[in-house]
Amino acid sequence: MRMRSNVLTVMKKELRRFFGDRRMVLTMLLPGLLIFVLYSVMGDTLVKGMMTPEDYVYTVTAEHMPASVQAMLDGADLPLTVSAAPGGDADAVREAVREGTVDLYVVFPPDFDSAVAVYDPQSGTPAPEVRIYYNSSSSQSSGAYSVMTSLLDSYESALANRFDINRSTDTAFDLATPEDTTGMFLSMLMPMLLLMLLFSGCMAVAPESIAGEKERGTLATLLVTPLRRSELAFGKIAALSLVAMVSGTWSFLGVMLSLPKLMGGEEAGLVDTGMYGVADYACLLAVILSTILVFVSLISVLSALARSVKEASGMVTPLMILVMLVSFGGMLFPNAQAGTLGYLIPVYNSAQCISGIFSLSYQPVEILLTLLSNAALTALLVLLLARLFNSEKVMFKR
Amino acid sequence: MEPILTASHLKKTFTLSQKQQKLEKSGSRVKVAVDDLSFTAYRGEIFGLLGPNGAGKTTTLRMIATLIRPDSGDVSVGGVSVLKDPATVRNRIGFLTSELKLEDFFTPDYLFGFFASLHGVTPEVAAARKAELFSRFGIDRFAQVKVANLSTGMKQKVSLVISVVHDPDIIIFDEPTNGLDVLTAKVVTDFLEELRSRGKTVILSTHIFSLAEKLCDRVGIIIDGKMIQCDTLEAVQAGESLEERFFTLYRDCVGEEA
Repeated sequence: MRMRSNVLTVMKKELRRFFGDRRMVLTMLLPGLLIFVLYSVMGDTLVKGMMTPEDYVYTVTAEHMPASVQAMLDGADLPLTVSAAPGGDADAVREAVREGTVDLYVVFPPDFDSAVAVYDPQSGTPAPEVRIYYNSSSSQSSGAYSVMTSLLDSYESALANRFDINRSTDTAFDLATPEDTTGMFLSMLMPMLLLMLLFSGCMAVAPESIAGEKERGTLATLLVTPLRRSELAFGKIAALSLVAMVSGTWSFLGVMLSLPKLMGGEEAGLVDTGMYGVADYACLLAVILSTILVFVSLISVLSALARSVKEASGMVTPLMILVMLVSFGGMLFPNAQAGTLGYLIPVYNSAQCISGIFSLSYQPVEILLTLLSNAALTALLVLLLARLFNSEKVMFKR
Repeated sequence: MEPILTASHLKKTFTLSQKQQKLEKSGSRVKVAVDDLSFTAYRGEIFGLLGPNGAGKTTTLRMIATLIRPDSGDVSVGGVSVLKDPATVRNRIGFLTSELKLEDFFTPDYLFGFFASLHGVTPEVAAARKAELFSRFGIDRFAQVKVANLSTGMKQKVSLVISVVHDPDIIIFDEPTNGLDVLTAKVVTDFLEELRSRGKTVILSTHIFSLAEKLCDRVGIIIDGKMIQCDTLEAVQAGESLEERFFTLYRDCVGEEA
């Protein structure tokens, strides 16, 4: 009985501690609120922009299109536009699929309908084969492949398996190159991985350096020297960025070096990080650096507002969740096409740039806009931090 | 006597939270911490600000040190206004309170160089000054030991030395002997007297009357943010001990026993 009473007493005290502190309650509720806002308000718009549009019509080039399949296509009202292949130029069509100007290339055997009609599954001879060439690194091509195979699968079942789809083992039907595969894989994975690594690096140093110094009284010692507040803000952010940069680069190297082995893709040719050139790595480095500056500045401002490292960590948590959600967007929707203005939105622009760099589909103007936007935000945050250092309410509140 | 610091009609108010209002038992959202406070400190003297806790001593010193801005009034430090040129004022004063701490991770040697650099002291001058001060306070043996590993007394000595790294004309100490053992307290008070003998001005706040009687040339008594009396020690004492005189003034001012 006594024990239960003590447990209740402790519980009451803990709950009073949590719910009596407005900041703590806010920290507790904010993540859910952020997710709600992101998913319900922004999510719909973002997803619409990121996925293959609903009204998208797949472009399919077919060779020897049989009347039976054409009739099925006509009756099924599928989002496909089928055109006949230019005679004798199969390589050109395959190249078009690889480049994305054509989504699918379907090759039927000549006189497919007759061959299927006379084929005896018990004969032991190979069935007529439909060859479908696609590019797995393109969502449009993958979508078209899915629509076409499901149509042909149902036809094949109806005919008691009198033909095969992509039976040949000596032919590469997936036209994606190792570079395409690597690009797609890394462009999905790296925005989330890199941004989280960078954020963790910044979070490990900034609250300690700002809120920690404030909590221990060592920041006030600096404030009674002739040091200008702007110098203090700039010096701290520059040093913290360097530390976070070392941490981020080290983690990045670890990921890049271990990735091929981790995915078992080195031998299989799935992951080939050698496809990126000096310019790609330079762009990546510039984006990483500017992103670190944004993260460090944001965390520093929040840390200056906090009274202790613990409080700063609580205040930074919602920001971390926001970064995670934006990063996950890049992982879930690798082919997202952000408009030019999208590259002015901090964090989102970094995720898009990292994704673009790894899929080798970025434009210099996108990198430039990202760097400018991040530099402008960092400058504003440094000024804000200097003002906070100058604010007696912020620096000396209890 | 040459005036070196003049505080004129200083006023500072703070907005109270509901919690603070309850603690202060105040119906008002605004607390007047310092109310029309004026005084002058002269070159080569030790000036003491005396008063109970919460009287406004620390707030006054913080305004002089440019950590907070007065709502009205100004402080002139060697002719420079704390409002107009706070950076220059900060270079002319040394400020030490128990709230200002040194980073535990660093050694006294490193911190001395760091703060000397922030104050614009040349490396040669800083080296000579460090040798003198470290030897004077017995810090030289611990110069390469991290602050975290120093005793409380040694930490206070290091803080003291670093607050005067730039050899300021005015040294401001908030409760300089609080929490110190008698030996370290003696070192500190001896140093304050030495500073005065070298023509420096020391402004200290304390609620220890014996310390004020021992050190101060002139004192100002603050009660509820107001300067109740400011004069030479003898004039304020008016034939009584400083403590007796303070209680008399407090009764006259607040109308109850302290």
